[in-house]
Amino acid sequence: MAELDLKEIGVRGVNSTLHELPEGTNEREWLILNPMGQHAIACGLDAPLKVTINGHVGFYCGGMNQQAEIVIKGHAGVGVGENMMSGAVRVTGNASESAGATAHGGLLVIEGDASSRCGISMKGIDIVVGGSVGHMSAFMAQSGHLVVCGDTGEALGDSIYEAILFVRGKVKSLGADCIEKDMRPEHVAKLTELLEAAGIDADPAEFRRYGSARKLYNFDIDNVDAY
Amino acid sequence: MCGIVGLYLKNENLQRKLGALFAPMLIEMTERGPDSAGFAIYRNPVTENQTKFTLASDDRQFDWKALDADLEKALKCDVQVDVLDDHAVVVTDADAHAVQSWLAAHRPDVRVVGSGRKIEIFKQTGLPKDVAEHFKLTSAHGTHAIGHTRMATESAVTTQGSHPFATGLDLCLVHNGSLSNHNRLRRGLERDGILFQTENDTEVAAGFLTWKLRHGASLHDALKAGLEELDGFYTFCVGTADGFAVVRDPIACKHAVMAETGDWVAMATEYRAIAHLPGADTARIWEPEPHKIYTWGNVH
Repeated sequence: MAELDLKEIGVRGVNSTLHELPEGTNEREWLILNPMGQHAIACGLDAPLKVTINGHVGFYCGGMNQQAEIVIKGHAGVGVGENMMSGAVRVTGNASESAGATAHGGLLVIEGDASSRCGISMKGIDIVVGGSVGHMSAFMAQSGHLVVCGDTGEALGDSIYEAILFVRGKVKSLGADCIEKDMRPEHVAKLTELLEAAGIDADPAEFRRYGSARKLYNFDIDNVDAY
Repeated sequence: MCGIVGLYLKNENLQRKLGALFAPMLIEMTERGPDSAGFAIYRNPVTENQTKFTLASDDRQFDWKALDADLEKALKCDVQVDVLDDHAVVVTDADAHAVQSWLAAHRPDVRVVGSGRKIEIFKQTGLPKDVAEHFKLTSAHGTHAIGHTRMATESAVTTQGSHPFATGLDLCLVHNGSLSNHNRLRRGLERDGILFQTENDTEVAAGFLTWKLRHGASLHDALKAGLEELDGFYTFCVGTADGFAVVRDPIACKHAVMAETGDWVAMATEYRAIAHLPGADTARIWEPEPHKIYTWGNVH
């Protein structure tokens, strides 16, 4: 495994090293040392690399990721895995606000808790949170799955479109147009697959499903208070 | 934007290193606030009958010695002046109100930046590293410090508009965010005797807390009232002579992170400002919850 010391070469040094690897490189495993909470570490990767970051990271770590598997051994700041297209980002600690924001694909696993607005405007990513999520999570979530093994904060799934939410613990409150729905066999199967992919041991039977009531899709004067 | 930082030492042995630990926190937040910076240090408590003022003048040639002599003569008191760049820390046994009235009458261009028994406040426009250097932050000792790097949005880029804001003895506050009902609150507080030096929204938050404390509230209760009355986006870090507090508004969209070890408690807008502190990598790290008051020291 090749090592990059961020304290020595800075964020730009780390990221440009990973970006400039030739296609089909054999140097696929990388260890990043001393992240020191800096922002935008391992952003914009587009190769099947395995990147481990030893310590806490700042904002937008693993943002825009394609193909790479990134493991953050520590806590992550705002917007971890934001706008990810494919690949995987794993946080062994907790994640700050807006984890997985607007992401189109890939898998984001947060082994600890995620803060507010987890999965805001998600567009196809799968997010699995081992702990709880904060308020306004899955706000305007368009597609993909959010799995929460703990509890959620207020206004879960406010103004949600077609994303599917699975929650094992308590939902403090549901946002506008978000409702509980039946867990059909295909949902249990998908949830089982997601928990397995995330490596989280939880019984799918203990989860409830939430999604859109589809009442706010088109403007209706009777719903004016809900907008 | 703006960056805020705070460091409260639990281990007394670290007090002589306060500035050395705190200066990198402030400087790390430069990208969030490159137009001005300021900080409050709690150190060198004066005796019961004394008051410590931090004064500032825009006139680089200002004659602080003459102020010392004139003030001693006018109020028949003892005055010690310690000049640091364009600020001066003035310790006197005269009545605090008498000093302020005298300054207003005889040195109207001198600003009272802070006052109390322990607090000293220094703030300027310019890069945080320059401001830290001008006021010898790295070598400062003390019990706790609170700082701010500013990217102005609500009012002009001036020293007066820089944080921290102090409106009462030993209390100061730094703020990331913006308040929307500060004009209405300011009018009410002014009627009740709170003096404001600027049009800045954050000064109103400091004034509100001072007003509550004057009416006998604890810092905790004052912050609780603040959560009800202050409308807007905010993460506040607040210092008193022997207390330290952090609070965020109910929406909590202004970033904040906290870390605590057996030796210290730190808060910052971003974790990178905390990362260099000894033991940060194994500290308990968490994001302060919305609408919740976090306090250390004597706050009840």
